[in-house]
Amino acid sequence: MTQPVEELVLEAGRTERHYWRDLWRYRELLYILAWRDIAVRYKQTAVGVAWALLQPLAQMLVMVVVFSKVAGLPSDGQAPYALMVFAAMLPWQFFASAISSSSASIVGNANLISKVYFPRMLIPAAAVVTSVVDFLISFAILVALMLWYGYAPGWRMLTLPLFMALALLAAFGPGLLVTALNTEYRDFRYVIPFIVQFGLYVSPVGFSSTVLRERFGEAFFLLYSLNPMVGVIEGFRWAILDGQAPLHAPALTLSILLSLAFLLLGALYFRRLERSFADVI
Amino acid sequence: MADTVIRVEGLGKRYHLSHRQEGYVALRDVIAEQARSIGRRLLGRGAAPQEDGEEFWALRDVSFDLRRGEVLGVVGRNGAGKSTLLKTLSRITEPTEGRVRIGGRVASLLEVGTGFHPELTGRENVYLNGAILGMSRAEIRGKFDEIVAFAEIERFLDTPVKRYSSGMYVRLAFAVAAHLEPEILLVDEVLAVGDAAFQKKCLGKMHSVAAREQRSVIFVSHNMAAVTALTTRTILLGGGRVEKMGATADVVAFYGVALAQAPGASDAGSRGKHTRICAVDLFDQAGVRLRQYASGTPLTVEVEVETDGSPNLSLEIMLLDPDQGRLGLFSLWQFFGESLPARAGRYRVRVPLDGMWLAAGAYFMNVTTSVADVEWDHYVEHAARVEVPFSNPYGRTWDFRHSLGFGPLALRCKSTPSISTIGAQQAT
Repeated sequence: MTQPVEELVLEAGRTERHYWRDLWRYRELLYILAWRDIAVRYKQTAVGVAWALLQPLAQMLVMVVVFSKVAGLPSDGQAPYALMVFAAMLPWQFFASAISSSSASIVGNANLISKVYFPRMLIPAAAVVTSVVDFLISFAILVALMLWYGYAPGWRMLTLPLFMALALLAAFGPGLLVTALNTEYRDFRYVIPFIVQFGLYVSPVGFSSTVLRERFGEAFFLLYSLNPMVGVIEGFRWAILDGQAPLHAPALTLSILLSLAFLLLGALYFRRLERSFADVI
Repeated sequence: MADTVIRVEGLGKRYHLSHRQEGYVALRDVIAEQARSIGRRLLGRGAAPQEDGEEFWALRDVSFDLRRGEVLGVVGRNGAGKSTLLKTLSRITEPTEGRVRIGGRVASLLEVGTGFHPELTGRENVYLNGAILGMSRAEIRGKFDEIVAFAEIERFLDTPVKRYSSGMYVRLAFAVAAHLEPEILLVDEVLAVGDAAFQKKCLGKMHSVAAREQRSVIFVSHNMAAVTALTTRTILLGGGRVEKMGATADVVAFYGVALAQAPGASDAGSRGKHTRICAVDLFDQAGVRLRQYASGTPLTVEVEVETDGSPNLSLEIMLLDPDQGRLGLFSLWQFFGESLPARAGRYRVRVPLDGMWLAAGAYFMNVTTSVADVEWDHYVEHAARVEVPFSNPYGRTWDFRHSLGFGPLALRCKSTPSISTIGAQQAT
């Protein structure tokens, strides 16, 4: 050991000082935990991959039938309705799976929590990373759909990673919040599927956000954009449909700010409860 | 802190018993309680009565230093606070009061194979387990071959560990742990399982690391022989407090005397993950509950155990001699290939032991359940006490006492020793 030994002090209410540096120091554990979840999932069943493909596809079909065929809502510009829905389904699926898998992650890793120290935030973070892999798999469907419709991507497609980063941001904050709540209060897990279900219809997944803006006005739309996923979904559509969907700057800004606020809130709340995880688990 | 790597001052850890027994706090209860207290305040009936759940101090006023290069032993009965101490030092749980100063990288080994995943291969688990214990990938890669050779599982590296025998599993897990090289290592009773030769190899490895590289170890164990062999200084914990601290030989001797005076331990309330040992009773050959053991006669141990129906649960009984050395083992799994029924319920296991010629003294039995001999489940230390008031091997009048120093056992002969003449001097 060449680096000078630094002193660590453990006292009640005083664990935070090295936390953020520890988080960085343990980053390899993040990769390994995420890799473990992915390896186990895809090793256990070949259905693993099929499931990641099938679920968004089936949900997309239902959305197309309900909102386009039954309700007769218009698509964004000239884009095929199915493609518009799928462009939103990608980030939504990611968000939903990140929330539900991170919420169960601490309880699911109780054996680790009670036997080893590492910054606990790595566990929900690894769950979110695992959801990114599912996202990449469903991305293959998008490519197939675009080929099917002969829909060529434009330069805006290159901005997609930015919106993916925003989706990560939007998912991690609430993810931390529900993870902490779910660990502290075990009956909270009954609330999560409800939140996820509800969010799907509240967010502009099955329909174009333009429709809302035209029918209910700008003021309502800004309020609507308090849902961080609105900005993410609009961004995805704008990038994938190459400008057929508009990008509403105030709404996007609001979504980003809200995501940051959620991240701060989630991180603080998680940090506060984290100390007692080993005792309540 | 020139030569002190850990300094513990007035350490205390409090648990709320109500939380532990009821399991988890439910959100609906919290919300209901909040609503009630708001209602009370609105109605002007003063503050809500404080919830007075029972408190329990798992640790209290614990202070000691760990010096560089020192191997410090920690002993004590179940529930004495040994595990809580290690959990606090390894930052798994936060202290309630007091302070710990740590100068160096800490790795804790509270369980063998923490995080091992049955679906992953041996190779994958080495990386996973290593990372969990705090090794970097580069570090693991550098030691990988050494770890595999140490575990002697080269041929099965790419087999999922769920197909491993329990021995292979434990060896691989130990091998990873033995190659940890932190400045401070905290070890719980993990070396209790695994075969003796391999245990020795692990202990040897840790010992040499401690000696050569001036690393420090805190070693918690029920095994007095291991504590004596490895450590120079030992702490005896009792009821969460330091009962005695000093040279290992003194503390171990003191502990042995304290145990012999105390009545058989009852661990009401404690339990394992899958099982609970509810009662341990001894009966003599006439089926009467044993008060004092007549040396040499058969003896039946009856263990009442509750299980959640997990498969491959074994039961072990360890007989300890008056010096707390391990004298004998009974294992349901290893001796008879049997396990507890895989249906949740309460069972009585009767173990009819043949007569042993024990020297006069006070013996104890540790009774434990285990998962296919990989991991202790419910470990009840000193579950039964076997008092041998006197011992007259072969029905003679000589009293074979343990304190004579000939050990705990009179050797049993199948028949009277014969003496034949090879060559003798002529009688004159």
